[in-house]
Amino acid sequence: MAQKLYISTSPHIHCGDTIERNMRWVIWALMPALFASFFVFGRGALIVTATSVASCLFFEWFITRFLLKRKSTLGDLSAVITGILLAFNLPSNMPLYMIVMGALVAIGVGKMAFGGLGNNPFNPALVGRVFLLISFPAKMTSWPVPAGLAASYIDAETGATPLNLIGQIAGGNTAAADQLPGLGELFMGNIGGCIGEVSALALLVGLAVLLLSKTITWHIPVSIISTVAVLTGIMWFVNPVLYVNPLYHLLSGGLLLGAIFMATDYVTSPMTPKGMVWYGIGIGLLTVIIRYFGSYPEGMSFAILIMNAVTPLINNWCKPKRFGEVEK
Amino acid sequence: MNTFKIGGVHPEPCKLTADRKTEILPVPKQAVFPLSQHIGAPAVPCVQKGDQVLVGTRIAEPGGYMSASIHSSVSGKVAKIDTVVDASGQRKPAIFIDVEGDEWEPSIDRSDKLVLQSTKSREEIIECIKNAGIVGMGGACFPTHVKLCPPKDFSIDTLIINAVECEPYLTADHRLLLEQADQIIIGIKVILKVLGVDRAVIGIEENKPDAIALMRSKTSMVSGIEVMPLKMKYPQGSEKQLIEAVTGRQVPPPPALPASVGCVVQNVGTVFAIYEAVMKNKPLIDRIVTVTGKGLSNPCNLKVRMGTPVSDLIEYAGGMPEDTGKLISGGPMMGRPLLDDTAPVCKGTSGVLLLPEAEAARKEERNCIRCAKCVQACPMGLEPYLLATASEQSDWECAEENWIMSCIECGCCQSTCPSRRPLLDWVRLAKNRVGGIIRARNAKN
Repeated sequence: MAQKLYISTSPHIHCGDTIERNMRWVIWALMPALFASFFVFGRGALIVTATSVASCLFFEWFITRFLLKRKSTLGDLSAVITGILLAFNLPSNMPLYMIVMGALVAIGVGKMAFGGLGNNPFNPALVGRVFLLISFPAKMTSWPVPAGLAASYIDAETGATPLNLIGQIAGGNTAAADQLPGLGELFMGNIGGCIGEVSALALLVGLAVLLLSKTITWHIPVSIISTVAVLTGIMWFVNPVLYVNPLYHLLSGGLLLGAIFMATDYVTSPMTPKGMVWYGIGIGLLTVIIRYFGSYPEGMSFAILIMNAVTPLINNWCKPKRFGEVEK
Repeated sequence: MNTFKIGGVHPEPCKLTADRKTEILPVPKQAVFPLSQHIGAPAVPCVQKGDQVLVGTRIAEPGGYMSASIHSSVSGKVAKIDTVVDASGQRKPAIFIDVEGDEWEPSIDRSDKLVLQSTKSREEIIECIKNAGIVGMGGACFPTHVKLCPPKDFSIDTLIINAVECEPYLTADHRLLLEQADQIIIGIKVILKVLGVDRAVIGIEENKPDAIALMRSKTSMVSGIEVMPLKMKYPQGSEKQLIEAVTGRQVPPPPALPASVGCVVQNVGTVFAIYEAVMKNKPLIDRIVTVTGKGLSNPCNLKVRMGTPVSDLIEYAGGMPEDTGKLISGGPMMGRPLLDDTAPVCKGTSGVLLLPEAEAARKEERNCIRCAKCVQACPMGLEPYLLATASEQSDWECAEENWIMSCIECGCCQSTCPSRRPLLDWVRLAKNRVGGIIRARNAKN
C-alpha cells in the first residue's frame, strides 16, 4: 500500500457548512433593505453604508494585523455585516467622521477587545450605534424624511418619524394621530427613520431568505414580534385613543430590523430554542417599555443589548429537552 | 411516517452499491481472528500453534458471561497466536490461521434448503446462539445471547428489527433484506420465541422501497411481524432513536437498558446469523461487507469470511485509488479509521470505505460562533459546544451535570459545525474521564 492515510476519529464527513456561508446569506438577506432605503433616502443611504462597511473592514484588519498580530479574519465576512448593520441603524444624513468613529467602537470595543468573532458578549453594531446615540444625540435622533432618489445627503430635510408621533400621542397629544402615515406606507417603507429599518416588506423578504437558507431559526424573530404585538395590543385595547394599533408598532422604528437581523446574531443570542424564545420575549417586553415609558422614542437597541448581557444566564437556565428525561 | 423527535442530520446517502448483488469473496491465504471482536471480556484461545482446524471449528471460548466464542472461518493450520492492529488502532491478541483447502465441520448444514422449523427449546436456542459466537452485527458487537436474556424484572412487549442502515454508503443490510428475506423472517420468529413476545417490527428507512415492498409481501401472511417504513434521518439506526421512532418511547439515560421500555432491538444481520446458527448449525464465520468509495472502480457488497484482510476486499473492488486519503472500517459517521489495509474483517465490520484525500483531511478549526447548530443537531438533546468546552477546560463536573454520559457518539454535532470544531473528540475525552469518575464513586459507595 503506497498511500499515506489520515487517521482521525469519526465523523469522517462534514455537511460543508462554513462560517462564510452563513455570513454570505445574512449579507444577501440585507440587500433588499439596502435597495429599499436607496429608493427612500437617495444616495445618502449608499454613502453611509459604504463608509461604515469600509471602516469596519479597515479597523478589523488594522487591529488583527498590528495590535493582535494574528492572521487576518476579514475573510469570515462578519465585519461586512457589522458595517451594514451599523449603517442601517443610522440616519442617512450622518456625517462621515461620525460613522468612522462608530465603526471603530463597534469593531474595536464591541468585538476585537473581547477576542474577535465568537467571543463578543454584545452585538458589535449595536455597541457602535449606542456609542453614537450617546455621543451625538441630536444628530442621531433627527431623521431625514423620505425624498426619493433625488434626496441630498448631508443637508437632507428632516422630520418626525412614526415613532416620534406614537410617543407624542401616548403623551396626550392625540392630534398627532392625524400625521401618522398609513399602514401601507409603513409596510412599503415610505417613511422617515434609520437607513435599514424603513421598509417592512424588504426586511420580511430578508427574513424569508434567512429562514429558507437555514441560517437562523424562527424562534427569536417570532417571539420578539409576537411579544410586542401582544403587549401593544393589550394597551391599544385598553385605551385606543392614547395607544396606537399594534401594527404601527410592528411596522415602525427598528423593530423588524432588530428582530430579524440584530437579535439573531449567533454570538450574542442564546443556544437553545427555549432560551431563544425567552430572550425574544425579554427583548419585546423591554422595547415596549422603553418606547412607551422611556425618554428615547426607540428602545430596540437597548433592549437587545440588555438581553445580550442576560444571554449567559439564559443559557444556564434553559437546557434543551434531554432524550429520556423524566418530567419532574 | 415515523422518525425520532430530537435533532438528527441528513448526510448525503451515497448508497453506491444499493443495486449490487452480494458476491462471494474467495477464501484468503491467511485469516486473522482478534480475540476482542465484541463488547466485554476477550475470548480465550482453545487451539495451539500447529493445530489443524476446519471451517466452523471453535478456536476461542468466551472469557466470561459478557463475551463471545470465535470460530475459524477457514480450514488449515494455526500459524501463531500473536498480536494484530485491529480497527481500534490498537495492537490486540489474535489467532493467525494459514489456509489449506476449504474443509467444513460436518455438522454444518451447507445446503441452500430453507429450514422452517426447529424443535429446540428456548434454552437450547440461547445456548446455540451463544455457541455460535453471535454478536450484534450493526457495529456495536454486543454479545447476542446476553441481549436476548434481559433482566427478569422487565416485561418485553416488542422486538424491533433494525434494518434502518442510516449510515451513508453502507448497503450490507439492504442487500441482506433483498436476498435473504425468508431466512430473516424465520430468524425473527426464533427470537420472538426466545423472548416470549408476539410483536416484531422491522424498521426500514424509506430510501429502500424495494426492501420495504419485499418484506411487506413476505410478512403479509405472518401474524405479529410488521414492517414500518421510517422517514430518513441520521442516526435512526441508533438503538435509542429507533425505539423512539417505532414505539414513541424514550429509553431513560444510562445506565438504563432498552428493556426498561419493553423493547429488544436486533440488527437484521444478527437475525440472519441467528437463523444460520439455529437452523443450519452454522457459527458466525462470515458476513456481508460493503466495500465502497467514490474512487473505487468496482464498489460492491461482498460475503466475506471473518479474518480476511481488508486489502483482499479492496483488491476485489478494483484496487485502492491513487488519491485515497482515509480508510474506514464502517460508515463515514461512526466508522473507525484503519491504520493500513492489513486489518482483518471482524464480526462488526459492516463496511470498508475509502475516502479521497480531499475529503479525508480535516479543515482548520475556527472560533465557536455560537450558532447553536450542534445543539439543534444533537439527537440526545445535549449541548455539544458546552460539553466540548467543559472538556477543553477539564471541567468534568460541568460535563457530568450536562448529561455527557448520554452522548451516543453519532457525530451529528461535529459534522454540522461551521467552525469545524472537533466537538466529538473533546466529548469522547470527557466521557472517558467522567465514566471513570462515576465508576470510582460507585465503587466507594
